[in-house]
Amino acid sequence: MKNALGRYVPEGFKPFVGSKDYLNHSRTTEKVIYSENKGNKLLRSISEAFDALGITDSMTLSFHHHLRNGDLVMNLVCDEIRKRGLKDITIAASSIFPNHRVLIDCIENGNVTNIYTSYFNGGAAKAVSEGKLKGLLYMDTHGGRSRAIESGDIKIDVAFIAVPASDAQGNGNGYSGPSACGSLGYAIPDMLYAKKKVVVTDNLVDEVAKPVIQAPYIDYVVVVDKIGDASGIESGTTRITRDPVGLKIAEKTAALLDELGLLEDGFAMQTGAGGTTLAVTKFIRDIMLKKNIKARFASGGITRYHAEMLAEGLIEKIYDVQCFDLGGVKSIASNPNHIEISAFQYGNPYEDAIVNHLDFVILGATEIDLNFNVNVTTATTGLIMGGSGGHSDTANGAKVTVVVSPLMKSRLPIIRPEITTVTTPGEDVDVFVTERGIAINPRRTDLLEKLQGSRLKIVPIEELYKLSLGYTGVPESKPRNGRIIGVVRYRDQTVIDTLYQM
Amino acid sequence: MRRSLLFIPANRPGMMQNAEVFEADGIIFDLEDSVALNEKDAARTLLKHFLATFKFDFEVVIRINPIDHVNGLLDLETIISPAVDAIMLPKADPAMVRKLGELLEGFERARGIRKTIKIIPLIELAKSVLQMEEIAGLPRVDGMMLGAEDLSSDMEMERTKTGNEIFYPRARLAYIARAFGIDAIDTPFTDVLDEDGLCADARRAKGLGLTGKAAIHPNQIRYINEIFSPSKAQIEWALKVIAAAKEHSGAFSLDGKMIDTPIIARCEKILEKGRKWKLL
Repeated sequence: MKNALGRYVPEGFKPFVGSKDYLNHSRTTEKVIYSENKGNKLLRSISEAFDALGITDSMTLSFHHHLRNGDLVMNLVCDEIRKRGLKDITIAASSIFPNHRVLIDCIENGNVTNIYTSYFNGGAAKAVSEGKLKGLLYMDTHGGRSRAIESGDIKIDVAFIAVPASDAQGNGNGYSGPSACGSLGYAIPDMLYAKKKVVVTDNLVDEVAKPVIQAPYIDYVVVVDKIGDASGIESGTTRITRDPVGLKIAEKTAALLDELGLLEDGFAMQTGAGGTTLAVTKFIRDIMLKKNIKARFASGGITRYHAEMLAEGLIEKIYDVQCFDLGGVKSIASNPNHIEISAFQYGNPYEDAIVNHLDFVILGATEIDLNFNVNVTTATTGLIMGGSGGHSDTANGAKVTVVVSPLMKSRLPIIRPEITTVTTPGEDVDVFVTERGIAINPRRTDLLEKLQGSRLKIVPIEELYKLSLGYTGVPESKPRNGRIIGVVRYRDQTVIDTLYQM
Repeated sequence: MRRSLLFIPANRPGMMQNAEVFEADGIIFDLEDSVALNEKDAARTLLKHFLATFKFDFEVVIRINPIDHVNGLLDLETIISPAVDAIMLPKADPAMVRKLGELLEGFERARGIRKTIKIIPLIELAKSVLQMEEIAGLPRVDGMMLGAEDLSSDMEMERTKTGNEIFYPRARLAYIARAFGIDAIDTPFTDVLDEDGLCADARRAKGLGLTGKAAIHPNQIRYINEIFSPSKAQIEWALKVIAAAKEHSGAFSLDGKMIDTPIIARCEKILEKGRKWKLL
């Protein structure tokens, strides 16, 4: 079966119809699950938690990724799975990073056979790309994951929730302690809907002010030596690029937003944490200072650059589902206008989510096709090296979605007639900004009209494609016909594309 | 008229392919200091094919090796083509500039190149500072550039960010270039991470009358272009003056200020620059 984008959909899955099709369906939610443990919740090890919860073969265990590439909790749990020789475990993690190396063994040994995640990078992703996972990989969006958990599409047996500061009852937040990571927004669906919930902390405190992880839902609290490695919590991408091509793209993007009238008093933005998108933030800041305007809010993954703009009064509020660096963590802990939000509030398609209130979002791309469909999930080889995260959610919600990328990366053109994997549908992508020109999705006649007479180089995407081929030649395309290893699910659970073994 | 000239080593294909992106008025493909001796051959060949393959909307300048050395002669032999707009000559003196002019004439004739390839002498010796007047008047010379790093070595002076040590050569370059109607191009600012320092340095040069500045990193171009371009307010003022001048003959008053021939000429110059750099 093929979906609306002409991509193959395996038997038994619902095909993607369109980015607004979810509006034709109503929200379904399971009952929120409270803990029945009214006694002592403290446990001394992950192993004790396995015994207390009776974790056995074929269960689904979930994790959040707020400790990013410094997360040690999934490794501790995978190590225990391996030691006990458990089989057919499903991992439901909001993201998986290169440091989750223990998962590679678990995949190869058949301890873990299915994975749900929204972003997947590193050795475990390579193992899955090579076909070593016996079951399937389900790539969701961040908003889609929250919807899948509340509706019971993903049924979690035990949620292991890494919490940087927790009391003995399981009230906790991410603001303090040696592994402080800021917002715990992606853990909230797990906390509410998993059958059992375990807080894992390295910082047991007497009292937690403003707990976002709340004791009534928590069954056990495990105290371990360390839940996170601080150097990995801060992502290496959260610095403004010095790359001159990236800066040129950023400068053009900010100028474009201004010409489109999107930088007016009270606008709302999400600019992400990549080097180029952070540079866009810097150029936007320059324009804001010049025009003496303020943003209503910034959302999404938050960095110190956003926090600085909040502190200097250029942004009124930050809605933060995830902190990308320690500057963001410090801000959320101290600034009352830096507000923590859950994955539901951020991007659940059935909520009046923050993404729906964005005037614009700046996103990246690994590949983009002539219909503006974007891949951020796989490399051209089929290697899984990313995932939607909030890409599809924000693209769908924002009034204007801007994708930025160099026209060529490592001698490969970014524009392809057919991309390796569709992550975000082209109907939700409005603008593609490169260093050599800007393409507007022909569907957005309103934007094209506003840009008439612009000094910016506005060209059809086909022209940018031809221009890039002048440098790179026509790259060989790989057939997409290996063994099916997974599916990419749109935020409404429909399958937007299929993943094949490399 | 050049506001900005960006050096790109001719052995760096990754940078060369993006040359058009950086919006410099000219790119100086460097075969001299930034290319190691054992890479000169490869750089020449790469540059030759690069220039033959792509079309450019910026001025193509090649900094060759000194022509009293075989490398300089090999540079010319390999890269002279219709794609080349100007040759930058290091450690220039009048004799070398004359010799380069003769060589270029020979190549143009032999290769059927119809345009006249220009020469930008690099002033980077104390002797050259004194010879600037003679150099500026030679055929094909349409701009001179100050090379402060080599000049400071020659003078045994310490280079500083304030640039007090190069006040004299800068000012001399500005006056002589203006007198001969050619470009006065300032030396690069070498701290590529110091944007404020770059801007201050460029403003100092502009204040002395230099017309543009070389860059050693693409991220410097936007600041240099901005500083050496007429501002929006200057353009608006010039447009107003020129429009009013059409209604008057001789001196007249505009917004309480006297406008006469030198001011009108200055406004025309501003608008000429504005048109050239698409600022109108």
